[in-house]
Amino acid sequence: MGVEKTMNHKFVSENKQYNENVLEICDVEKVFGETKALNKVNLSIKKGEIRALVGENGAGKSTLINILCGIYSHHKYTGKIFLEGKECKFKKVKDSEDVGISVVHQEFTLIPQMSIAENVFLGNEKHKNFIIDWKLTKNKAKEILDRVGLKENGETSVKDIGIGKQQLTEIAKALNKKVKVLILDEPTAALNEEDSNNLFNLLLKFKETGITSILVSHKLEEVMKIADSVTILRDGKVIETLVKGIDEISRNRLISGMVGRKVEYYFPKKNSNTDCVDCNVFYEIKNWNVKHHNIKDKYVVKNLNMYIKKNEIVGIAGLAGSGRTEFAMSLFGKLYGRDISGSVYKNGKEIYINSVSDAINNGLAYVSEDRKNYGLDLSDNVKRNISIVNLSKICTKSKIIDERKEKEIANYYKQIFNIKTNSIECETRKLSGGNQQKVVLSKWIFSNPDLLILDEPTRGIDVATKHEIYTFMNNLVKQGKSIIMISSEMTEILGMSDRIYVMNSGKIVGEFYNSEVSQEIIMECIVKTS
Amino acid sequence: MNYLSIKKSIKQYAMTITLIAITLLFEFLTKGVLLSPQNITNLIMQNSCILLLSIGMMLCILTGGNIDLSVGSVLAFVGAINGKLIITKEMPIHFVISLVIFLGFLIGAWQGFWIAYVRIPSFIVTLSGMLIFRGLAVLTLKGMTLTPFPNIFQEISGGFVFNFLKIKYKTQFVTYTFALILTIIYICLQVLKRNKKERRDNIYLFLIKNVFVCIVIFLCVTPFANFKGIPIILIILGIITLFYSFVTQKTIYGRYVYAVGGNEKAAKCSGIDTNKVLFYVYVNMSVLAAIAGIVFSSRTNSASPQAGINFELDAVTSCYIGGASASGGIGTIMGAIIGGTVMGVLNNGMSIMGIASDVQMTIKGIALITAVAFDVISKNSKVIRNVV
Repeated sequence: MGVEKTMNHKFVSENKQYNENVLEICDVEKVFGETKALNKVNLSIKKGEIRALVGENGAGKSTLINILCGIYSHHKYTGKIFLEGKECKFKKVKDSEDVGISVVHQEFTLIPQMSIAENVFLGNEKHKNFIIDWKLTKNKAKEILDRVGLKENGETSVKDIGIGKQQLTEIAKALNKKVKVLILDEPTAALNEEDSNNLFNLLLKFKETGITSILVSHKLEEVMKIADSVTILRDGKVIETLVKGIDEISRNRLISGMVGRKVEYYFPKKNSNTDCVDCNVFYEIKNWNVKHHNIKDKYVVKNLNMYIKKNEIVGIAGLAGSGRTEFAMSLFGKLYGRDISGSVYKNGKEIYINSVSDAINNGLAYVSEDRKNYGLDLSDNVKRNISIVNLSKICTKSKIIDERKEKEIANYYKQIFNIKTNSIECETRKLSGGNQQKVVLSKWIFSNPDLLILDEPTRGIDVATKHEIYTFMNNLVKQGKSIIMISSEMTEILGMSDRIYVMNSGKIVGEFYNSEVSQEIIMECIVKTS
Repeated sequence: MNYLSIKKSIKQYAMTITLIAITLLFEFLTKGVLLSPQNITNLIMQNSCILLLSIGMMLCILTGGNIDLSVGSVLAFVGAINGKLIITKEMPIHFVISLVIFLGFLIGAWQGFWIAYVRIPSFIVTLSGMLIFRGLAVLTLKGMTLTPFPNIFQEISGGFVFNFLKIKYKTQFVTYTFALILTIIYICLQVLKRNKKERRDNIYLFLIKNVFVCIVIFLCVTPFANFKGIPIILIILGIITLFYSFVTQKTIYGRYVYAVGGNEKAAKCSGIDTNKVLFYVYVNMSVLAAIAGIVFSSRTNSASPQAGINFELDAVTSCYIGGASASGGIGTIMGAIIGGTVMGVLNNGMSIMGIASDVQMTIKGIALITAVAFDVISKNSKVIRNVV
């Protein structure tokens, strides 16, 4: 397509007139282990421009933001960043704020117990001889709040205002720091339509005063509405940059740019489960509702219905934050959320799951996306990490652990999962990510589940191990188990699942058989409902 | 045995080696007084309370670096009730002992409830317990010290096994016979264990190891043989230590304690009732504090409202010196015992040398920070090596 060539050309031509460009990113590369999160990224952004960044999960958007705001210090990546023609080398977040780059993160960084004014000036307090000048703080706060259009007393606690106003507080906080480039990461993810429109009007107002905005968003409608130009990222590379008025910015073009990657991984063949269409439903979940842990009356999962048949791999596709993990954790013994309601049936009979041990006893197993926090005791060895979930199986009647049996079992799983470690006595901390994941899998297979919920089972894992894990999954299904696989990798969802649910904002927004679906259809389904 | 496993075992035995080094140092500095039969007997009687407390404290620390600050006060309160019932009310001793141990259970359940089910930080709950039970102890005794206990009660911490059993033979003979029985039991267990293993170690290594242990056992009983015999408290302490070592290393409950301390979220996700584990750890701590209260009353032959002040800190120190990790999940019962003994030898040795208590305190503080710093730094350098 010659996209890169045109990019280079564009870059050179823009470089000549850098006076106009407030921000230039040249050949930035960032490597995590063996994967390139960013691969020679070049971007030039004009003063007063509203630039949108779009891309799938893992495309490199967050990495780019983290570099721009100094979370990754300058010697942890290669390439150069220029702000107003001057090269920037950030060591910490403060450095980037000082020169005028501010980020409004998706997860708010407000302190709920403090007032709006205190939050706005956090880390930048108005003081005289280290004594806070409350009068000045109040006046300044009022000024800034007026600028962002937040009609609220500065002394109100942040916890008492709505999420739209919290967002505005975040922006006020950024403005207070003499911002030149404002980066907004999924700013409308939690906002309703009215709040979103207010936010966009605000961005347009900033544009007039010469503030540049970089908008990261999955909501293509709003991107097309507000942005002057759109950059599509995929697999750490800039695919293309579309400029309003010059290029055609259409939804189809954006989607195909975001997902148009070849299938990189080889998915092991399995016997197709078409005969399964007639099978009986194995597990069924009806009217599942979960409320947010902290935010009152916010549903993270709403009226979810789902069924799983025997020998079936069911994929759940969706973006980060769509409620997939929350659903899985609430199902697995109420590990997440409050006011959980709904019913679960196994073979047509209702089962009641109030704790993790209930879940395990009813044949569930959950492999968390966050293996370091929820999956493993990193300070303990491989053997003990595997056995912990089913100790009674290796015990005498008096609850004394039979260590010989424990070793046998650990060695057995070491062999069948091909866990690469010197010994089963090795601390799991010392294992690579892929091998740690295999330990977690061993642990849950040892609990002998009927339904295995895998949450991002191959996140941060090399290709070879991924393939091994896919093979295990197929073997398990062959043995009569069922799997729910939550994954943000479309190729994985498409390559492994028999049936796919698409989730967005806590709801199931689509259900497809593998034969009738493509990446575009799934993406379309998500975008349509955003 | 490759290089790595040797290195690992050196680290494992580092505390034991330190203990031996400190003992030899003070043996030299005190010109042989430290290891004299009478002093060793003293040392054990003096430190029995702290050792009992550090066993329980180790479990608290294992569950995530929590400490129980109330143990000194619980000890005093239990001692007060114990003294009141035995001395004032003249109730039967064995009845009172079981009653106050049950009292310990109730106190533990009270604190455990707040910590495990209401999730108030253990520091706050036990700090409040420290005040509550000290207050109750003073209240029970009306600020006075009760004394004396019946002779038979004093025997718990001051008695010797063979006097107690009224065996008329020579102390030396009986003590060595006792040691012989102990050795035979030990060797039988070792042989049984070896036969179970599929891959046996070298037979000579096995023999050397066992002969060494036997020699150590005989060396250990020699001081007692030359004095009044084996103290009853040593037997009690030995049984409790073995019991808790066994529970923590070999049973499901023990495994759960380590799992909660290592990563509570992961433990919860694995179906462990983490609240229950925490609850019973604190119940257990208070039960041990009650037992320590009985031992302490017996040793001082009194029930005093001032009993056990600062004992909680000594117990915590013992655990950290004995290799417990401040973030939980790492540490052993034997570690706590060794750490407690190091503290005991330091105290005793310096007292014999006539070092003032202010200096003693300073030295103990330095010992604590050195031990923990050693642990933390060696762990950090390990992590760095892994990354490279």
